[in-house]
Amino acid sequence: MNRRYTFWGVVILLAAFHLVILSAGFFSPYSYSEQHRDLPYAPPSRIHFIDSQGHFHVRPFVYGWKYDAHSPGSYVADLATPYPVHVFAFGSAYKIAGLIPSRIHLFGVDPPGSIFLMGTDGYGRDQFTRFLYGGQISLAAGLIAAALSLALGLVVGSIAGFYGGWLDNALMRGGDVFMALPWLYLLFAVRAALPLHVPQGQIFLLIVAVIGLIGWARPARLIRGVVLSAKERNFVLAARGFGASDFHLLRRHILPRTYNIVLTQMTLLIPQYILAEVTLSFLGLGIGQPLPSWGSLLSALQEYYVLASYWWMYLPAILLVPVFLAYSQIANALQELFSPVAL
Amino acid sequence: MKFLGRRLLHSGVILLAISFFAFLLLRSAPGDYFDAMRMNPRVSAETVENLRAQYGMNHSFLVRYADWMGSLAKGDMGISLAYGTPVGPLLWPRARNTLMLTGSAMILSWMLAVPLGVWSAAAKGGWLDRICSLFTSTLLVIPDLLVFLLLLLMAVRTGWLPSGGMTSGNFADLAVWQKAGDLALHFALPALGLAIVSLPLLLRHVRSAMVEVLDSPFIRAARGHGIPRSRILWRFALPAASNPLISLFGLSIATMLSASLIVEVILSWPGLGPLIIQAILSRDLNVVIGVVMLSSVFLIAGNLIADVLLFVSDPRIRVE
Repeated sequence: MNRRYTFWGVVILLAAFHLVILSAGFFSPYSYSEQHRDLPYAPPSRIHFIDSQGHFHVRPFVYGWKYDAHSPGSYVADLATPYPVHVFAFGSAYKIAGLIPSRIHLFGVDPPGSIFLMGTDGYGRDQFTRFLYGGQISLAAGLIAAALSLALGLVVGSIAGFYGGWLDNALMRGGDVFMALPWLYLLFAVRAALPLHVPQGQIFLLIVAVIGLIGWARPARLIRGVVLSAKERNFVLAARGFGASDFHLLRRHILPRTYNIVLTQMTLLIPQYILAEVTLSFLGLGIGQPLPSWGSLLSALQEYYVLASYWWMYLPAILLVPVFLAYSQIANALQELFSPVAL
Repeated sequence: MKFLGRRLLHSGVILLAISFFAFLLLRSAPGDYFDAMRMNPRVSAETVENLRAQYGMNHSFLVRYADWMGSLAKGDMGISLAYGTPVGPLLWPRARNTLMLTGSAMILSWMLAVPLGVWSAAAKGGWLDRICSLFTSTLLVIPDLLVFLLLLLMAVRTGWLPSGGMTSGNFADLAVWQKAGDLALHFALPALGLAIVSLPLLLRHVRSAMVEVLDSPFIRAARGHGIPRSRILWRFALPAASNPLISLFGLSIATMLSASLIVEVILSWPGLGPLIIQAILSRDLNVVIGVVMLSSVFLIAGNLIADVLLFVSDPRIRVE
């Protein structure tokens, strides 16, 4: 009983996270390409309630950053002017769910003050904003690519399992070829076959297609196994005896038995594919500037001085851990739930 | 013998198929190495065409595939346009570096996984088991990239270990034993990183295989006979549990190679990883094909070794 609540708790948390990412425009104070050129690599803003005179404020406020006169290249808080944090502040224009134009952000401070919850990058762009917008790309890449892989796996697996014979042989040998390559090398080989410089709108589709297309072999094999055993079940044979068509048999009787595997594989594949996008973009073969993705946010860490001096640049990678944890919890729970069911 | 022959034949066919598909895929890629030259107004279109003809790039696909196979037989695998040399000699030293790295990481992670897995299975539910399972489930959700970056950060901040590369700048001047020490120091960070990211899965499998065997009647009988616990664990239970672990060894090579690609780039290890990325960025497609082929040779060879080991260790497979 207790575990059931934990499971649904994790599901709800994960869904809420996806919702926040989806409405990145509302939750982020800036737009993802807005540059604060005078504040490169500014550390995360601290939220204060008590000012330098010791007075308590109900409305939280932040201080601006100014250059530290004693150590060049670093910042100190400018205690002279506090900037109160406004809720439902007006800011840059964005579109709710990509449709309804709006200028209202969940929080923000009046210029010339600025609020950077996760610091800024080398162009002075707000990392928190870029993390949320980057999540749109990375999460969508993971979800769509996983759906693509599973759809392909479902089609190939059910055809191979249902019809058997030479078709089964050919399809599964094809899968063997795909699985005889280390996964990342395969990903790179396919990426190498595609143009390097692609217009921004297309690069996302391209990356999703590459990641999704190469992963079909393993789910196909699992689904084939289920179909193979399901088609010999008595109720399937009976339906066939009544003259049901192949398509009807697959749709009504056989494919519903594969949904467990599809669901479990989905929760396993999504984080793996998010990571694939992150890896590609980190290495400069995926989503590039100025579009943010979790991988391209991390690619700044390839510079030694960023890696060694600006700890907040790690935050996007560290925030991935709870997301992956949630997915793996759900995958484990599903596996436990489905394993006693005789397939 | 017949078994081995069949497996070898199967591997050969798969490699052939991979080479064909890799060739087909990458030859149909838009653009080539001379793209940058075409943009240059001082290079005439004729020159580019001549260069293409010189490298046989204007032949039909099948002719080029046959050419490539011929050059593969000589150990060349075509010509790298970026380096101006055959691909083969370019690959060997890098392949050796990658193999040394993944090999030592493999040994390290198995040497940690087996004792830890056996112990935590033997003391199921005890404190060691709980620490191990906490450790594995934490590590499993930390992205490889983050592990490598944090290790690099540690090296840069503390200066305990060199922060990249395979040798120090003054490597050529060192004595033999100093060279070995220098290499070992440079090995430590990437090998540790790879071992860390591959350990959790191995540990989990060793544990579950051992738990299953320890539950079986023959172990209970052995215990009843008063055979010492350590002898039961290592002499009776571990060999019985080794079957799935040998298959896992073959599978773990694939994950190890993929992880190695990332760690090599982050820690600038002169292996296949940086080479393939450079080759993709400069559209040096022969190198890409070479690296991809080599990686699949490693994987297939690893699986072959696992199959042979399984054949040797498990009499049931021999009878089949």
